[in-house]
Amino acid sequence: MAEPSARARTELSRLTGAALHPLVEVADLRVRFPTHRGPIEAVRGVSFTMGAERLGIVGESGSGKSTVGRALLGLVPPPGEVTAERLVVDGIDVPRAGPRTLRELRGGRASMVLQDPKFSLNPVMRVGVQIVEAVRRHRRIGRREARERAMAMLEAVRIREPARVFRAFPHELSGGMGQRVMIAMMLVAEPRLLIADEPTSALDVTVQMQVLAILDDLVAARGMGLVFISHDLELVASFCDRVLVMYDGRIVETCRARELAAARHPYTRGLLGCLPRLDTPARRLPTLRRDPAWTARR
Amino acid sequence: MIEVEGLEVVWGRGTRAHRAVAGVSFEVPAGGTFGLVGESGSGKSTVLKAIVGLAPISAGEIRLAGRPLGTRRGKDFRRTVQMVFQDPYGSLHPRHTVDRVLAEACAIHGLDRPEARILRILEEVGLGPAFRFRYPHELSGGQRQRVAIARALIVEPRLLLLDEPTSALDVSVQAEILNLLLDLEEAHGLSWIFVSHNLAVVAQMCTRIAIMNNGRIVEQATAEQLARDELAEPYSRQLLAASRGYDRAVAGTLVNYD
Repeated sequence: MAEPSARARTELSRLTGAALHPLVEVADLRVRFPTHRGPIEAVRGVSFTMGAERLGIVGESGSGKSTVGRALLGLVPPPGEVTAERLVVDGIDVPRAGPRTLRELRGGRASMVLQDPKFSLNPVMRVGVQIVEAVRRHRRIGRREARERAMAMLEAVRIREPARVFRAFPHELSGGMGQRVMIAMMLVAEPRLLIADEPTSALDVTVQMQVLAILDDLVAARGMGLVFISHDLELVASFCDRVLVMYDGRIVETCRARELAAARHPYTRGLLGCLPRLDTPARRLPTLRRDPAWTARR
Repeated sequence: MIEVEGLEVVWGRGTRAHRAVAGVSFEVPAGGTFGLVGESGSGKSTVLKAIVGLAPISAGEIRLAGRPLGTRRGKDFRRTVQMVFQDPYGSLHPRHTVDRVLAEACAIHGLDRPEARILRILEEVGLGPAFRFRYPHELSGGQRQRVAIARALIVEPRLLLLDEPTSALDVSVQAEILNLLLDLEEAHGLSWIFVSHNLAVVAQMCTRIAIMNNGRIVEQATAEQLARDELAEPYSRQLLAASRGYDRAVAGTLVNYD
């Protein structure tokens, strides 16, 4: 797809306030990693579309959920091979896009927040400088305006002393604060899609709740799409609009988040069943019986 | 089994001193299961470290079976008290087989018939003899945690100290490990102190629970009280509310208790 038309359509959908095309379209996405024992298929034919919604992707470790998130931004590391019938993010055909278009996509139209801010922030650069760099990389604005936007963004993620945090180095921030800074940096260029891969898994529950509230408010205010990747079913059920459940590289079930408790697939039901419950404790927890048919199907 | 009274732990000294545990008291009767919950930095893991002698105790007393512990922990202590850590990847020697890990524990404590003990404990933790000569890298996270539990139990301790033993595992594996611990507790009449940030896990595993914040126990409750939502302290109530999943309304009411 040609770049200008994609840009024009994005602008148009912004103006009319409604997406004219889905934000993300994925059809038959496959990701393969060659190993000395032959190729391993981490993602085996995943298809979904999403608009400006909060879409949860849940699954256990190794289910391929993070690889799907990375593939959306063309970030599957070599020697991984990505093939897809369709993989379009905000009008950009990711597998066929050139490096220049990909740079525009990453951070500009779609950005990503990972689990641990310690490894995502540059340890020897002040936080403010990193945010300014992120916005100036994608928007043609002057230094002063970029600085103003960065400060406004730090306030938007409810950092009490934005001026102090602006000058701070990453090691001077707590985990929750670091994750707020990451979210600020990822949202300062006003992307239309945010991919958050376990963004709050390293945080305490109360801090997690605060960070999620910030994400929730920003996504709602800006009409963004959010891909929320997590192993935590209950969290996803309470936070997202829609949920994809992944098992062994495939989507085994899609449902509305509020209806996750009524999920039908035995894997989803099994995962929900083996969580300890505060209100109805049982002496022993039900365990998950894995059915080989879950892998073989389709 | 164990009584902790007025325990204080201070890391560092002078102006850089940090009081990680600031006066903690509790007791675990023989056969009792006790949970310590709290957020990071609350001092819950430091309490366990102080018990095994890995943290400097600046005040207070710990009594094991009625006898106060001195500054050094002897072999008797280690025979009675064993610990299981959070990270099954970091707590096993990467170049030792399961057999060597378990044989070493037997040798240190001079246990007879190590081979029989190793085979029996492998069976008990649900691994079986096929795993005996494997290296840690050949095991999944859940299998490694089973080895760590086997290593702790092979010396037949009375008290287990469990520091977030399932926090690094998938929920389906967590359920298996928690069930295994409950089975072992039933079979051997073990006592434990179970440390976790997850209220639901602690409620599952313990009859009595202490909620910690800033080095102190904010509140103690039974698992039934927790299930019935009968916590009294605002801090514990907030922790419980935040543990029930995302709720925008609850998020707006959160208070900082530092």
